[in-house]
Amino acid sequence: MNPIPSFQTLNRLGNFGRSLYAPAYLYQPTSVEEIEQIFKTARERGLTIGLRGAGKSYNDAALNGGGIVLDLRRMNRILEWNPETGLIRLEPGVTIQQLWQHTLPDGWWPPVVSGTMTTTLGGCLAMNIHGKNNFRMGTLGEHVLEFTLLLPTGLEIICGPKKNRDLFYAAVGGLGMLGVFTTITLQMKKIHSGFLRVRAWHVPDLNAHLAALEAGAPAHDYIVGWLDATAGGPGLGRGQIHAADYLPEGQDTHPERSLRVDYQTLPSKFFGLVPKSLLHYFMAPFMNNLGAWAVNSAKYLLSLPARSYSQTHAAFHFLLDYVPDWELAYGRQGLIQYQSFLPKETARDAWAEMLTLSRRRDLPSYLGVTKRHRPDGFLLSHAVDGFSLALDFKVTESKRARLATMLEDFDRIALEAGGRFYFAKNSETSPETARRFLSAEAVAKFKALKKRCDPHHLLQSDLYRRLFGEQE
Amino acid sequence: MPKNALAMPPRSTPLRPRRKALLIGASSGIGAALARRLAQEGYDLALLARRKDLLQRLCEEINTACGEVRAVYYVHDVRDRAAVPALLQRILADLGSLDLVIYNAGVNLPAGPEAYDFEKDLLMTEINYVGALAWLDHAAAIFQQLKSGQIVGISSVAGDRGRAGNPAYTASKAALTCYLEALRNRLSRYGVHVLTVRPGFVATDMLKQAQRPFMVISPEQAAADICKAIRRRRQSIYTPARWGWIMLVIRLIPSFIFRRLRFLA
Repeated sequence: MNPIPSFQTLNRLGNFGRSLYAPAYLYQPTSVEEIEQIFKTARERGLTIGLRGAGKSYNDAALNGGGIVLDLRRMNRILEWNPETGLIRLEPGVTIQQLWQHTLPDGWWPPVVSGTMTTTLGGCLAMNIHGKNNFRMGTLGEHVLEFTLLLPTGLEIICGPKKNRDLFYAAVGGLGMLGVFTTITLQMKKIHSGFLRVRAWHVPDLNAHLAALEAGAPAHDYIVGWLDATAGGPGLGRGQIHAADYLPEGQDTHPERSLRVDYQTLPSKFFGLVPKSLLHYFMAPFMNNLGAWAVNSAKYLLSLPARSYSQTHAAFHFLLDYVPDWELAYGRQGLIQYQSFLPKETARDAWAEMLTLSRRRDLPSYLGVTKRHRPDGFLLSHAVDGFSLALDFKVTESKRARLATMLEDFDRIALEAGGRFYFAKNSETSPETARRFLSAEAVAKFKALKKRCDPHHLLQSDLYRRLFGEQE
Repeated sequence: MPKNALAMPPRSTPLRPRRKALLIGASSGIGAALARRLAQEGYDLALLARRKDLLQRLCEEINTACGEVRAVYYVHDVRDRAAVPALLQRILADLGSLDLVIYNAGVNLPAGPEAYDFEKDLLMTEINYVGALAWLDHAAAIFQQLKSGQIVGISSVAGDRGRAGNPAYTASKAALTCYLEALRNRLSRYGVHVLTVRPGFVATDMLKQAQRPFMVISPEQAAADICKAIRRRRQSIYTPARWGWIMLVIRLIPSFIFRRLRFLA
């Protein structure tokens, strides 16, 4: 590995939505020693370092334009696995896919997963991801027993909920700005079948939608809503709820079969005919206001009869992997996602206002997803006792400026409703907005910790610069 | 040089993309006019030149006019070639990306119609041509790697023929023109655009060296022409455009006649 960053090692790195690119000197270390070497090089060269996993953030979280980017995907060894206790120790580059495929045959599933299984555990922990079970299981960080954090000073610190507490609660969700997770110990969840029992039913409007999430959550292991953001009037906020439950022990008579990895694998062809890698070409023509309205309306009509069925874990959770390269359907400028987390008391009115606004401005979201959440104790937290709504927007040259203005309005509406935001999603959040929802004390506390862990401000990302500035 | 990183222009977001340009030779003349024009068109600028006071004033003027940080400056002498890679690395880190690199540094130091002065000729070659190699070789490497970007070289109509009045100046500009063409031939397959600009007489400090200037344009007009060519991704322009016709005729004059035309050669 060439330790000197030369212009020939520059890479044009992108985000998940293919809506933003930035050049960086790319390094793919395989050991802690190599990371330390890169820290040294960066200090000597006056360059900053951004950390990157699979690069599945929708914004600038894994970009560090003009600086070094450490892609940690090659540090992907599973170091210890105990099928008795469900404890696993792994390196930060291990993906969710690697993780579940390693533990599922023994009857264990990750406690929290993202919508794509290509994400790395290091990246997931730096963002403190949540899943469709956030209301019950919390964020990924709540299932971490311990991690080793390599600071830019060269110090390696072991943190846990009881050990180096302040660093633990700041580094989880800390955007990779305090240090590099070099090992992570995670508690997996015991399951007794490769299947989930899924119930799906439609909700005719926003009131019913949120009521279903709130009432449904305590009764289920997972719950998620699809929201038709193209519908207005009495149908505003209509959609479909999917709730899923683990099978109790004994209900699956052949768990050894359903827990096999090949049993879970997503089919590679659609209708057994069309290779799924081609699907995004068929989706592209519908990625306009009219097409999105047609698709969303059709989906809603199909959702009218309630259904109940069994589905494998992989098929239920990893919807984003179902169509490979689905982001390409959004065209050359890609897509952005706007997600707001609102308290359950204010969510209805605030989202009604947002959805109406987006319809009135002729900038509807082509996909809306809702979830139920609970608060957590992490320093930079997006969590609330309430709901989240994630809206996908296609970026086009002509809509860019109007979309930016609308998201400013969304931020204002969400802030007034006591809302919060998630750092792997929103791409336009201003420093003022971040300070307001995180509280000035939390930001000051994080910056003080950063100064302690990273006195030379070696760790930077375009996201961190945007929200918190480069220097004190 | 800017020490406080907070004073850097903001970086792109998906909905607020920003274009970043590096301009070498920005303190006066066409360079300063280009800087103002590019800032108006929305570019964030890294401005390079030797004269700090001029750069500082220009940056302040641009940033005040735009109401935000749009331009930052770096004091640099293009003869200090060893400093180029580290400085370019720093500019890239400060701006966060790079879309456009313009090499505008140039001097004209005629020795006199009958005189020869190697020191002056060397200086002209170093500033007009070797400095361009030092910067644009690296810019080309970056853009080739990133498969995007625009390179602009400010050459001169003087580079189209070897002229008795100032052999080294015309040779340095001819070399620059040829180098830019070669870069274009190399980089177009990577989606990188290279523009050669050949200004005629422009009302800058350099005009004082011209013997019989005519069709003189303002630096602002030259800058407007150049920006238009950048937008349209033209490969080569004369500014003002009518120089294209004049130089077509001049290039076609056979050498044995050209050398006898004292008013031209």
